[in-house]
Amino acid sequence: MALLEVKDLKVRVEEREILHGLTLTVNEGEVHAIMGPNGSGKSTLSHVIAGKPGYEVTDGQILFKGEDLLEMSPDERAAKGVFLAFQYPVEIPGVATMNFLRTALNAQRKARGEDEYSTPDFLKKVREVSKSLNIPQDMLKRGVNVGFSGGEKKRNEVLQMALFEPSLCILDEMDSGLDIDALRIAADGVNALRSPKRAMVVITHYQRLLNYIVPDVVHVMSKGRVVKSGAKELALELEASGYAQFEDA
Amino acid sequence: MPAVQETVERVKRIDVDQYRYGFETLIVSEKAPKGLSEEIVKFISQKKNEPDWMLQWRLEAYRRWLTMVEPTWARVDYPKIDFQDIYYYAAPKPKKAVSSLDEIDPEILKTYEKLGIPLREVAMLEGIEPKVGEEDPARRKIAVDAVFDSVSVATTFKAELKKAGVIFMPISEAIREHPELVQKYLGSVVPTSDNFYATLNSAVFSDGSFVYVPPGVRCPMELSTYFRINERNTGQFERTLIIADKGSYVSYLEGCTAPQRDENQLHAAVVELVAHDDAEIKYSTVQNWYPGNSEGKGGIYNFVTKRGDCRGANSKISWTQVETGSAITWKYPSCILRGDNSRGEFYSIAISNGFQQVDSGTKMIHLGKNTSSRIISKGIAAGKSQNTYRGLVTAHRKATGARNFTACDSLLIGDKCGAHTVPYIEAKNSSATFEHEATTSKISEDVLFYCIQRGLSQEEAVGLVVNGFVKDVLQQLPMEFAVEAQKLISISLEGSVG
Repeated sequence: MALLEVKDLKVRVEEREILHGLTLTVNEGEVHAIMGPNGSGKSTLSHVIAGKPGYEVTDGQILFKGEDLLEMSPDERAAKGVFLAFQYPVEIPGVATMNFLRTALNAQRKARGEDEYSTPDFLKKVREVSKSLNIPQDMLKRGVNVGFSGGEKKRNEVLQMALFEPSLCILDEMDSGLDIDALRIAADGVNALRSPKRAMVVITHYQRLLNYIVPDVVHVMSKGRVVKSGAKELALELEASGYAQFEDA
Repeated sequence: MPAVQETVERVKRIDVDQYRYGFETLIVSEKAPKGLSEEIVKFISQKKNEPDWMLQWRLEAYRRWLTMVEPTWARVDYPKIDFQDIYYYAAPKPKKAVSSLDEIDPEILKTYEKLGIPLREVAMLEGIEPKVGEEDPARRKIAVDAVFDSVSVATTFKAELKKAGVIFMPISEAIREHPELVQKYLGSVVPTSDNFYATLNSAVFSDGSFVYVPPGVRCPMELSTYFRINERNTGQFERTLIIADKGSYVSYLEGCTAPQRDENQLHAAVVELVAHDDAEIKYSTVQNWYPGNSEGKGGIYNFVTKRGDCRGANSKISWTQVETGSAITWKYPSCILRGDNSRGEFYSIAISNGFQQVDSGTKMIHLGKNTSSRIISKGIAAGKSQNTYRGLVTAHRKATGARNFTACDSLLIGDKCGAHTVPYIEAKNSSATFEHEATTSKISEDVLFYCIQRGLSQEEAVGLVVNGFVKDVLQQLPMEFAVEAQKLISISLEGSVG
């Protein structure tokens, strides 16, 4: 059974159809890259999978571990193992990162019927995880993303991914706003989380990111559909010839 | 079990004492007739066995009140109050005796649970009494423990306070036992002529607390801790007077995070604080009165006058408030910075949901030289509520070197509520430095979605974001209440988002 199956998905935003019948299958352990020009519907797809309000699904379905994802609230999806790394992580002033992580992790555990972490157990876990990702403890004491650099914000996303141990990670334009060093650090973090039990969907404009996070499958999106799929070499091809060839498709 | 036996004995003794004390002077009737007149004022004073000077003070206030009109400048809207249709005296009604937690409304229990108040304390707050011959051992344990705790803890506290020389008692007792102190200070910060509601309170006040901390004494405990266990029925016209003599310190907490139900719709309290040279008073309030139902019917009108007088040099008064209840709140805890180098602080969280209306803020009146003040106000409006910050900062001619910093932040949840900021700033000398910052923001959909994507429910997400917004103020609360207040804030905002 595939981990994620998107079948003939049609999505509208305020009367305008953005996705016109998109189909995508992702298996456990695979890393898929979704590439495409601005406005092709890449971010819409990530938002609909995560359950962001404001999108109307008019047709098709999304199955996650065989269950109908569209029937679940966004927090239920999170507890089931869907994680979205945001293109622009928000700032939450006054809420210490540590407190945020604990509240979120325990909310997920509670939803799954697992025991919540006690404070000492949680501290132990978060220290282990942040150490393995080379994230300074000091960052955890600051307000969530408040005053973080672009690189720190993305590392905070990776930290959460490591801590929540989702089975599906969607990385939305992870490379935006990062210089090459920050990009490498963030990508190293993501690579460390690759596992046979976990799938990743990497959404990006540029081939650059895929030098660091090497995908198993590359999909090209244009005008709300997947127009071509192939192995990682497809990304290089695109880099050379651009998206124009698909624009008229 | 000798320990338990001893407790039971002690409780019995106390009950007997209280009975004798409370009833020997009481006239049979429980309630005065509706309405207000000189006769009623005399009746109240007589009921409380007050000396003549106190009666005259009340009568003077009453006569003054007759000449006054209700203030209408606040941004609140309510039907005209018929002051002759109100009871001004009712003997404190004991809570309906219940003998186990099972008899308490499950809704109320749920709220306690959300607040994280231990069951043992719930038993105390709800007034559970042990039942003689109770069979269920589990039930009996709760009741006996509760009594054991409240009596022994209260007794220890009393001994400790006495040792330090701190006077802490109901104001009705202080009037009889410490008339020289009460006469000297009562009405010296909020005069009987101050405003319509303060004058009304002066005429008919029911009861409240009196605190005197002698020179150089640091009150050995947060008076909050004591209060929590001894929550008493002070009636609708509460009167509190706190005096910190030279070089002393006291921290006082009023109210409770637990839901407060009261049949009286109108509450008009007066709180007066006096800080002498080098003294410091920290006054914290958590207010969770009934806010009215989902259609905006019912709910408490809370018209309060709170003022502190930094009478001595280098004195300091700090107000911290968490306001989540009441249908209408009209409240401006203020500081008169009379002593040179004195300092006033006001930290406020005011939350309104449903149809609540809040008009609250502070006044910092700089009279002495090099006085400073700080105002941090966080207003949160949800539902169809209206939330106004109204503040005055003024430096008089001789208040050279006065400084103020004000930060007023408002957060809107939803699109049917309103937040308003009305600052008045007056500097009558050129050396004053006043800073004012204000922001109004709406809780962002993106922030909520981010939290929900991480597994929080919609309500948990709102609670988290709002608690972050008010963090600067929560930190000012005594530790044990900060945690509860945090939960209270989340509960107050339940159902506030789509």
